[in-house]
Formats: sequence, structure tokens, C-alpha cells
Amino acid sequence: MGLAKRIIPCLDVDNGRVVKGVNFVDIRDAGDPVEIAMRYNEQGADEVCFLDITASSDGRETTVHTVEQIAEHVFIPLTVGGGIRSVEDIRTMLNAGADKVSINTAAIHNPELVRESALRFGSQCIVVAIDAKRVDDVDGLPRWEIFTHGGRKPTGIDAVAWAVRMAELGAGEILLTSMDRDGTRNGFELGVTRAITDAVEIPVIASGGVGTLDHLVDGVTVGGADAVLAASIFHFGEFTVPQAKAYMAERGIEVRL
Amino acid sequence: MSGMVAVIDYGMGNLHSVASALQHVGADEVVVTHDAELIRKADRVVFPGVGAIRDCMAEIRRLKCDELLVQALTEQHVPVLAICVGLQALMSHSEENGGVDCLGIIPGEVRFFGNPLEDGQGQRLKVPHMGWNEVRQHRDHPLWAGIPDMTRFYFVHSYYVHAENRSLLAGSVEYGVSADAALARDNLFAVQFHPEKSADAGLTLLKNFLEWNGQC
Repeated sequence: MGLAKRIIPCLDVDNGRVVKGVNFVDIRDAGDPVEIAMRYNEQGADEVCFLDITASSDGRETTVHTVEQIAEHVFIPLTVGGGIRSVEDIRTMLNAGADKVSINTAAIHNPELVRESALRFGSQCIVVAIDAKRVDDVDGLPRWEIFTHGGRKPTGIDAVAWAVRMAELGAGEILLTSMDRDGTRNGFELGVTRAITDAVEIPVIASGGVGTLDHLVDGVTVGGADAVLAASIFHFGEFTVPQAKAYMAERGIEVRL
Repeated sequence: MSGMVAVIDYGMGNLHSVASALQHVGADEVVVTHDAELIRKADRVVFPGVGAIRDCMAEIRRLKCDELLVQALTEQHVPVLAICVGLQALMSHSEENGGVDCLGIIPGEVRFFGNPLEDGQGQRLKVPHMGWNEVRQHRDHPLWAGIPDMTRFYFVHSYYVHAENRSLLAGSVEYGVSADAALARDNLFAVQFHPEKSADAGLTLLKNFLEWNGQC
């Protein structure tokens, strides 16, 4: 026995409200991120991920306030991502109570941000989010490229090479989302998950596409992920975190029960 | 009655989680501070830490938090809880940042987990050691009250502690090596994991700390 594989519910938050809604049976307010995070905490989630999709700069104040409230009530690690552009943004979120901050597009525009922030705050709180899409080579070999703008804009950057570089710059963890699978419920893109987990020494969170509990299992056993992230299967009450953990444990995966 | 709990703030990272968790389990008053007067009046002291050891040690010394800590341990005789880099800072020396001298309050080393790191079956292990791992309790201690042996706590670290005096070992964790997860000496309890992020198990430990009289 040893380190458990982590299960991480993810909340997409816009102006302080969880979007897509969350369908717990006995919840008072299906859009309140604090209440929902507390519920996942009670269910035994290993961490909570808060993805801020607020577009306006006014909304950022709301985000900081929401993060503060979650941190006051939830005593498991909290990762905050979305719209993080500078060392100052990272400091703001850490001071609000985030344990880790996830950097996505800003790392592509300015990789030095990863080095600077890891040196300043420690690698343990710097997560680099990678949105990858499959773009096979001319000879048909699988290759994955980083896309921005919700998967619409190619960058020409190889996802595996990028993960290695980010780890070298000081990232403490990779949050890998397959843009081909995100929202499809067809399961993780296991090829890129395996390629990146094999290529880096730091932990990798698999994300994008979970529709069944078997997908969570595959992310760990086939993809080699250290943690699995999902939103909709938990939000809509299809499965609870304990059900997911029990299912994974039955299949020989070490989880925190 | 927990009395006043001082969380020593030497400017490295966010200490609100520790403070909120202590409040959540019923602390009468929590102050996050490096003010010598306040710390001298504290009934309990928490010595946390995140980030790189070199910067932490520099700030600890600059703000004279090392003197305040020694005073809390040996003059005030109040219960002291060290967390994560707070534990590492207590040791003699760390391999991090090319080698850094620490406080030497507990003789011992802070070592890199190694790269590559493998478990007993030859499986590769990721560094940092990040997530929930089982803590083996090596002795009874008031801070373990109500926490079963092999309970999982949340860890995040790339360097681990090895105390010279093995009789101080209160808990260990297996991750390629056997790392010291908790050390106990008199009124000091020091943990590598984050009780403030370890859900119910961590909150129980913090509650035990608030009720502890500093004897063991």
C-alpha cells in the first residue's frame, strides 16, 4: 500500500456561480460553489479544482472572494485555475486560500512565468494546465499539439515536449485535458495521458471526457495518471465520489476510502 | 480551552488555511503573526511553512522567528506544532537549494527523495510526493488520539526528514524510502503532512493539539 490515486471533482465557475449546475438531491443552492465544494469534501473528494471562466475583470474580485470562502470551509487541497496571467495573480489566489494555482495560456505566452512563480512560491503550488488535441504526423504516428481558446487555436507546440519543459521550469504537477474528449463522455484520451505520464517525473492529472467509472479506472491503469478529474458525472448525481472510489478500489487501484 | 494560538508568520505563503482549520476545530483565538510580544503571550504555537527552504530559513532568521520558537519550546513550555517546511526547518541541514543549514533543534537531515524513485516492486514513483498516504504510528501520543494507525494524510514535498534520534519517531510514511512523517519530543510535535488539508483526520489532529497539555 502507498500513495492513493486522487479523485478531483472540478467546478466551472462564472462570476461566482457554478455553471452547468449541480444536481445534488439535498442541496439548497445548486449554483453556490462554496456549498458544492463543501459537499464534495464531505463525500471524501481528495481535492477540489475550481476553474474560473469569468470573462470580465470585475468578476475576478468575486472569484477571489469565493476562493476565500471555500478555503474557510473546506479542509482538502484546492486548486484554482482560469485567467491566471502573472505572479501577482498567483499571489492573490494563494493569499485567498488556494493551495495550488493552475497556469494555462499564460505559460504559453511567457514560459518564464512558470519558473518565476515556482521559485517564488514553490513548485508544490504551481500546476501547468495543458489542453492537447491529437494531430497525427504525416506518417500517421500519434502526436498531440497544444491548443488555446477552448481548443480552436493551434499553437504548433508538441504537448509531450511542452510537459517536459514545464516540469524543468519548475511546475509541480500537470493538469492534462484532451480537447478531443472534453465534454464527450467518451473517456480520457489515453495515448497522450500515457505519453506525458511516462515523460515527466511530476504527477499528472487526467481530465476531459469522463462519462463512466471505467473511464476513471482506465485513466489510472492505462493512462498512468496520478489523479483523475471529472465534472459532470459527479455534478449531476450520476455517481458519488464514494461510488467512484469503491469501483476503483475493487479494480485494484489504491484510493483513500 | 485552547487559549491563544500563535501561527508564526515569516512571510512565506498563505497561512490562512492553518488558521481557519484551527478556528474550525474550536480555537479560542488564532493570531497569524511574527510579533514577538504576541508569540510570548501565546498558549500554543504553530510553526508552518511552504516553499523553498533557503528562502524560508532566510526569513525565519531575519524576523528572529528562530529565537521565538526556541523560547516557546524551552522557556514558555507551550505546546508547539510544526508543519511541513516547519518540520524541515527544525532539522540540522537540508539538501534542498544546494544545501542549507537549518535550525538544528532536532538533529537530523532533510534529504531529496531521489530521482528516479521506485517502490519495492520496481514501480516508478513521482516526485514531489503529492497526495494522500498512510502514516504508520510508531508510538502513542496525545495528538494521535482518535486517529487509527495507517490513516491517510495529505502530503506535498520533494524532500523528506530523517531524524538522528530514532526514539523521536512518532509516525512514518513509505514512499520509495521510509520517511519521518511525525516527530515528537516533549512539548513539540512536528509533522511532514498538512493536517489543515487532511480532511477529518487532520482536523482531529489539530483538535488534539488544542487540547494537548504539552506532555507525552
